Amino acid sequence: MSLEPVVLFFVLGLAAGLLRSDLKIPGSIYDALSIYLLLAIGLKGGVKLAEQATPGMLLDGVLIIGAAILIPLVAFPILRYLGKLKRADAASLAAHYGSVSVVTFSIGVAFLAQAAQEYEGYLIVFLVLLEVPALVIGVILARYGAGQVRWGRMLHEVFFGKSIFLLLGGMIIGYVAGPQGIEPLDKVFFDLFKGALAIFLLEMGLVAAGRLADLRAYGVFLIGFGIVMPILSASLGTAVGWMLGLSVGGTMLLAALYASASYIAAPAAMRIAVPEANPGLSIGAALGVTFPFNILIGIPLYYWMAQTIHQIGA
Amino acid sequence: MPDQNQRLLTIVCESMLEPFLQEELPHLGASGYTVTDARGAGRHGRRGGAWTKESNVKVDIVCDAEVAQRVVEHINREYKQHYALVMYSTDAKMHCV
Repeated sequence: MSLEPVVLFFVLGLAAGLLRSDLKIPGSIYDALSIYLLLAIGLKGGVKLAEQATPGMLLDGVLIIGAAILIPLVAFPILRYLGKLKRADAASLAAHYGSVSVVTFSIGVAFLAQAAQEYEGYLIVFLVLLEVPALVIGVILARYGAGQVRWGRMLHEVFFGKSIFLLLGGMIIGYVAGPQGIEPLDKVFFDLFKGALAIFLLEMGLVAAGRLADLRAYGVFLIGFGIVMPILSASLGTAVGWMLGLSVGGTMLLAALYASASYIAAPAAMRIAVPEANPGLSIGAALGVTFPFNILIGIPLYYWMAQTIHQIGA
Repeated sequence: MPDQNQRLLTIVCESMLEPFLQEELPHLGASGYTVTDARGAGRHGRRGGAWTKESNVKVDIVCDAEVAQRVVEHINREYKQHYALVMYSTDAKMHCV
């Protein structure tokens, strides 16, 4: 399997950052691209949902969310006792790893398109649903009933922050409009998607390069955690996907969802709810280690895991 | 109307604090404020500004000394401990027409 071309844009951005090129994507373009990508992903998910929605999916959803809750609960003791991190830092990191990354998911989708592999489109719904429980667990782990939590502000940030709001909004529009209704928008939202993702990844490469430069400060433990944790989570996702009877593509996407760590919604939510946690640690690990690992090595690995479990299962 | 002597209070902080300040400043007595995007570096690392989660804002408030003191105390109490922020103030002359 050749490398998905959009990933090369990430590598280009990474190289520009590490080589101290003066390349800079203006903030307004980054904002516009992120709005576009979130809407496009939401629309795509909504359309697929309109085509595929069945009552049985509800039970699948409960199982997928139930299993995902294990991720922050496993990550927390590893970080707290093995990594010897402060409670707030361990809880915040656990929330980041329990939460999901839209961009990692998008690259998974692009990878499957290149491999001409079908997947269950309704998995996009979990981009929205998996965000919340991990963040709530993170806050509970940080506080254990003690200390003041700005729940209202945090939940407002989670539900009405740009990412979830646009994903959910796009999904509702896609669902209501259906495949025919959305057709006039296809050229803008679906045909141009990969090009926009490529430019977005160029910027992500630049940002990740800034984080890579600081890696020494995070220590070997956190770098190891940023690689081992997604593999553990992806194994859980692969097993759950296979048990639910998802296709190879769907199993791989679920594994990628479980393996991904949030660096957009979670940092904002944790900054409000657990402000004493060091955001440098969590964003550094999620964006500097796990994100590059997932898109360069993880996604092909999770695809292989999905293929293998289906072969063994068959 | 004669010119008035006021204080210019400037808060440079993480951009995610902007909505909170927007909500709280009027209750603290500030009748208006100006927000601009800001970049820089400090004790909390580099704030490049290109990426929303790493951007700063600069909030300028022209107000009387009492309101400025109230805002400073509020921010010190609520945010100073955990968020990247710096505050400074200076005398300002409001040119009224």
